[in-house]
Amino acid sequence: MMRADELVESIEALRRGDIEAWIDENLIVPREEGGELFFSAMECARVRLICTLRYELDIEAETLSVVLSLLDQLYQTRQRLLSLTAAVAAQDKSVQASVLAAIMRGAASDE
Amino acid sequence: MKEDMKDPYETLGIARSASEKDIKEAFKRLARTCHPDLHPGDKTAEEKFKAISTANDLLKDKETRRRFDAGEIDASGAERPRGQFYRDFAEGAAYGSHAAQDGFASNEELEEFLARAFAGGAQRPRRPHRARGQDVNYVLRVGFLDVVNGGEHTITLPGGKMLQVKIPEGAEDRQMLRLEGQGMPGFGGGPAGDAYVELYAEPDSYFRRKDDNIHVEVPITLREAVLGARIEVPTISGAVTMTIPAGSNTGKTLRLREKGVRNPKTGQRGHQLITLKVVLPTGDEPELAAFLKAWQPNSPDDPRKEMLK
Repeated sequence: MMRADELVESIEALRRGDIEAWIDENLIVPREEGGELFFSAMECARVRLICTLRYELDIEAETLSVVLSLLDQLYQTRQRLLSLTAAVAAQDKSVQASVLAAIMRGAASDE
Repeated sequence: MKEDMKDPYETLGIARSASEKDIKEAFKRLARTCHPDLHPGDKTAEEKFKAISTANDLLKDKETRRRFDAGEIDASGAERPRGQFYRDFAEGAAYGSHAAQDGFASNEELEEFLARAFAGGAQRPRRPHRARGQDVNYVLRVGFLDVVNGGEHTITLPGGKMLQVKIPEGAEDRQMLRLEGQGMPGFGGGPAGDAYVELYAEPDSYFRRKDDNIHVEVPITLREAVLGARIEVPTISGAVTMTIPAGSNTGKTLRLREKGVRNPKTGQRGHQLITLKVVLPTGDEPELAAFLKAWQPNSPDDPRKEMLK
């Protein structure tokens, strides 16, 4: 857990005003306790990512929410895909082979 | 300069005379292609991004760039710890729980499975490179005897290519055979993938397999049952003659030693287990009927006595 001022201290490009703005846009959701904001390790990593997008890759402030929403969807989809993959990988070899074969047939008919 | 520290100008692909704007542009361009959070499936992204970040950190600061150019510091001077990436968390939960629940060593196994399924389509390399060909999967339906006895089969693939499949003796239903190098051709001189052939054994009308043993029900006539006989019975490797002892009832099991399936590991054959089934003559047998009418059994047991107690 990190307080907002510690976070601002730890990331060179980050300004205090960014945090308020990103909370308003619902890009980050820190925990609030006694009027103080607390960031989990995951939330800190998310703030670092937003800083990279905004200040190193020069993504416009208005475009940030679009990019993040797409990224969030990408991660959610990957999580589901990995869950599905884990479920398939836990099946018998014959079931795995059938699933793989079906995927390949699908991929082949797409081309 | 440390050997693994590459020249930061080279890392960013810029000239030593590059302006501040050039440096920023070069970093931006490279960061888009390898930021780990923007390339969650690419295991090499983190390494690449660290390298360009270190180079960028060193060169974007006028003072450290001047000192590096003057030879006062080396490229490692700009290295600074970076926090964890967002992707480590965004997928950490999914990976962690699966690793624990399903006994996977790592997410690599899952990524590998995905790569096999989609042949790495999600991260198609931009430049041609040497890569192993894709593995392919086929299903081969064969008769029961072809699976237990083994043999050669040919699969004709959609493209007209023929694939020779050698089924080992003692193979099993749903067994996966790997044919090395019979998959899709490799790229850029890489080796071909493997073909995986899954066997589906069609059930046999008479033989049933249980591990290495073969079970079969053999009908016998009333005369053979009462008097005993030498009869011919089928086995998976051809008919053999065996003795039915006198007084063999329906349900009696006889064993033919080592007439079962050869175990591919031990080389030992299982047994064939024969269950007898007494069948009555199908046509009219007035003599038999007349005999039975007059017949007084020595042991007049009621076979249903136990059921009706």
